Amino acid sequence: MSTLHTVNKSPFQSQCLYNCTDLIAPGDSLVLIEDGVYALKLGGEERARLLNAIKQGTRVYALNADLQTRGLDSSWAEIKTIDDSEFVELCCKHQRIQSWY
Amino acid sequence: MKFTLVILGAPYSSAASFSAWRFCRAALENNQQITRLFFYADGVHNTTALAAPPQDEIDLPAQWSTLIREHNLDAVVCIAAALRRGVLDEAERDRYRKQAANLGAEFSLSGLGQLIEATAHSDRTITFGH
Repeated sequence: MSTLHTVNKSPFQSQCLYNCTDLIAPGDSLVLIEDGVYALKLGGEERARLLNAIKQGTRVYALNADLQTRGLDSSWAEIKTIDDSEFVELCCKHQRIQSWY
Repeated sequence: MKFTLVILGAPYSSAASFSAWRFCRAALENNQQITRLFFYADGVHNTTALAAPPQDEIDLPAQWSTLIREHNLDAVVCIAAALRRGVLDEAERDRYRKQAANLGAEFSLSGLGQLIEATAHSDRTITFGH
């Protein structure tokens, strides 16, 4: 049983992302949506924390429409940009959906 | 696959409503089924028929109504959350002797049991939080 997580808050504004990455399991996926995509601006220790989750076997995605709305592009090779259809597909692939907000 | 969507954000105060609307549209385009849309907490503000935003802005209550009508979706609004926030259908208007009813025709007021039932009959439940 794997879980799809969504985070919709900026890590510069909320602990949501870290609450999620502290609990996320290998094989789970995380989709950054809405202000959650600001995670791509993380540097230093915070960036390492997210990269560590990826290294442990979590796949991380960012919703393209939300990146564009905020003038961001996916500059991390580790984070794949997806569209709304791919978001739906990921929800089908995982057995549960946990939203962090 | 059957989905239940829970919408907790009001239009304009968070991105939740627009995210949920986009997700709903994408799911339908990908031939997924929507068991129920459940509007809860501030999400009930999406269901008013009286919103009148400027013409050059997205009208989320109208966009929801159109999507629900076009795909014949089941859209339930938590009655306790709605009454508190001044979203009433005609029966509640009469019961509380208010001047007007504003719940859009595409929505129905009901209880949390409808969320539990929809979740039990869906493969996936996704929450769009405020």
